[in-house]
Amino acid sequence: MTYFPEEVVEHIFDFLGSHRDRNTVSTVCKAWYQVERLSRQNVFVGNCYAIRPERVMARFPRMKSLSVKGKPHFADFNLVPYDWGGYALPWIEAAARSCAGLEELRLKRMVVTDDGLELLARSFPNFKSLVLVSCDGFSTDGLAAIATYCRGLRELDLQENEVDDHGRQWLNCFPDSCTSLISLNFACLKGEVNTGSLERLVARSPNLRSLKLNRAISVESLNKILARAPHLVDLGTGSFTVDHRAEAYHRLMNSFPKCKSLRSLSGFWDASPRCLKALYPVCINLTVLNLSYAPAIPGDDLIKLICHCFKLQKLWVLDCIGDKGLAVVASTCKELQELRVFPSDIYGAGNTSVTEEGLVAVSSGCPKLNSVLYFCYQMTNSALIAVAKNCPHFIRFRLCILDPGKPDPLTNLPLDEGFGAIVRSCKNLRRLSLSGLLTDQVFLYIGMHAKCLEMLSIAFAGNSDKGMIYVLDGCKNLRKLEIRDCPFGDGALLKDVAKYETMRSLWMSSCEVTLGGCKALAAKMPRLNVEIINESDDFEESKENLVDVHKVEKIYVYRSVAGPRNDAPEFVWTL
Amino acid sequence: MEAAASYVKDTELRLGLPGTDAPEKPAAARGSKRALPEAGDDKSKSSEEDCGDRETPVAKAQVVGWPPVRSYRKNSFSLQARKGEAEGAGLYVKVSMDGAPYLRKIDLKVYKGYKELREALDWMFKCFSQGDVSKKEGGNNGSEYAMTYEDKDGDWMLVGDVPWDMFISSCKRLRIMKGSEARGLESRH
Repeated sequence: MTYFPEEVVEHIFDFLGSHRDRNTVSTVCKAWYQVERLSRQNVFVGNCYAIRPERVMARFPRMKSLSVKGKPHFADFNLVPYDWGGYALPWIEAAARSCAGLEELRLKRMVVTDDGLELLARSFPNFKSLVLVSCDGFSTDGLAAIATYCRGLRELDLQENEVDDHGRQWLNCFPDSCTSLISLNFACLKGEVNTGSLERLVARSPNLRSLKLNRAISVESLNKILARAPHLVDLGTGSFTVDHRAEAYHRLMNSFPKCKSLRSLSGFWDASPRCLKALYPVCINLTVLNLSYAPAIPGDDLIKLICHCFKLQKLWVLDCIGDKGLAVVASTCKELQELRVFPSDIYGAGNTSVTEEGLVAVSSGCPKLNSVLYFCYQMTNSALIAVAKNCPHFIRFRLCILDPGKPDPLTNLPLDEGFGAIVRSCKNLRRLSLSGLLTDQVFLYIGMHAKCLEMLSIAFAGNSDKGMIYVLDGCKNLRKLEIRDCPFGDGALLKDVAKYETMRSLWMSSCEVTLGGCKALAAKMPRLNVEIINESDDFEESKENLVDVHKVEKIYVYRSVAGPRNDAPEFVWTL
Repeated sequence: MEAAASYVKDTELRLGLPGTDAPEKPAAARGSKRALPEAGDDKSKSSEEDCGDRETPVAKAQVVGWPPVRSYRKNSFSLQARKGEAEGAGLYVKVSMDGAPYLRKIDLKVYKGYKELREALDWMFKCFSQGDVSKKEGGNNGSEYAMTYEDKDGDWMLVGDVPWDMFISSCKRLRIMKGSEARGLESRH
């Protein structure tokens, strides 16, 4: 290969799609490293503390697209304290200094500030796309800066962020000259926007294909918007409820037939069954349907809708769909690849709407199913075994039985055999979440069979250190391991310390790990950051008093070439 | 001793409906025994329990971060639950009348105020118009009946004291009392 000029090598590298492949080729030799780093345009950083932003910018000066992830996954469930970290500003500042050609920024679970957004907006003349997922720390003022200064903005996609509402003006900040929008998603915003501005923005954006409105947008406004943007492919409705005697309702019934390109629908806050009828004309073309924010739609009305959705590939619903509804999904949606069933009754007043039967039905009827997230109150081994047999192609299987540690209700046995069947059958399984009553046995199975597994989430499971050891030993491709409330201690933690350098991160909370164990790990592995998160008020004093045998509440271990971070709050102690 | 033991059990925080013997569930607390399948006790216990028991909302909320649902989604639902009660979905409450064999259900959202509510209940149960009455708004008509309601705290209150909006947001059920109890209440009203 040294006989090939650099341009040729670079051209060959263009065919490498994934970051991992590019990372691999850059380790072959110095020449390849150079060619690769100077030609890489899409940079992905899975853990913002694994490397300093400046090093990333220095290595990839021609970066056009940057994607960074911050907090650990369990932050989604309030297990990570609010100001733990994950700040976006250092990344934006470093990019502003060194990579002025940046066009896209994607941040997940990070703390973004209005200052950061303004710096972003002003620093990159070619900036085209901002995607923020599960972030917080900013307000609509920051959005106003993006709207004002990003000429040629194509995408502003805000997914499930906590955004402070400082008023509705931000949307007005898109100048009249802004006609380039392809995708606008402000569904997570709580406040109102100026609907007139929104309609005008939509009207002057001929390329707009994806529009996701927030709950404050009424059906009246939706009607006007749809009239201006009949070429939408992806729509998130606002508040999808209106009195059926009102004129807006009749207009709604006539709004959707004109949207011949519509393939994806979401939103539906406060949706009423009557309003759902408006969707019947577009059902047959839908590939994505997210009704998981519509608790007021009973199963029968969901069925009336879904029985027309023959092309559906991705379906997110609430458990009010029931086993009966899932049977309809199974018989109708033969193209289904991803199913997510969320609980509608989170505080468990006992509305058992889906059981193992629904899951078995879908696994049996939908041959292309490869990704499942399923919340239910009970599961049986025989059902899981049937699912495993029906769907050997699972990539993601996440089951959440809402009662922690619940056994198979038919046999009172743990669900070891059921999950064992899943990992044995699904040889390409990359992500697995366990629940229900589980012993060390299930981890033996996982270690033996789940060779492609990259992410494993465990809660209230196992009997001893052996469980965790089986997983660390057997799962060669494991990247993320997150554990809560399991009896795994120092023995498991320290069995194979080198393993953690092959992984992105390990999270353990409410387990049996002690301070001494953590210290030992940190001592043996200098290139790991071993963070102890202790939220008790007297942590500072107790730091001296903490004896090695004391258990630690939460640990977060991750490989890093950046050393211990300098922005850790008081309650985080890096050993 | 037995009495003391049962008292302790009653006040013990458990995941289970009050009055049931729910099996010991692994809670968020560290150090609690997790060796469930080995210990034969737990297994036999859970086989005896009605697995349909549902944890109380309070008990469930004690386990931090469980179920693993994003806060964004949880918050969205709690807002909708409140909204649903206050707006479109209707606010149905049970109405019982002393002496009547069946309860009724009414949608409080449908009425604009106490007068209309009283008229509706009167029509339903034919209670307030008995005897010589003049229909004054919410007032004492000399009838044998009084309107009471159970509020969010579980207390029984006389209907009519608080502003209408406050009433409908806190009223869980209605009871039409009769006889001497009613007369006592009404005369003080």
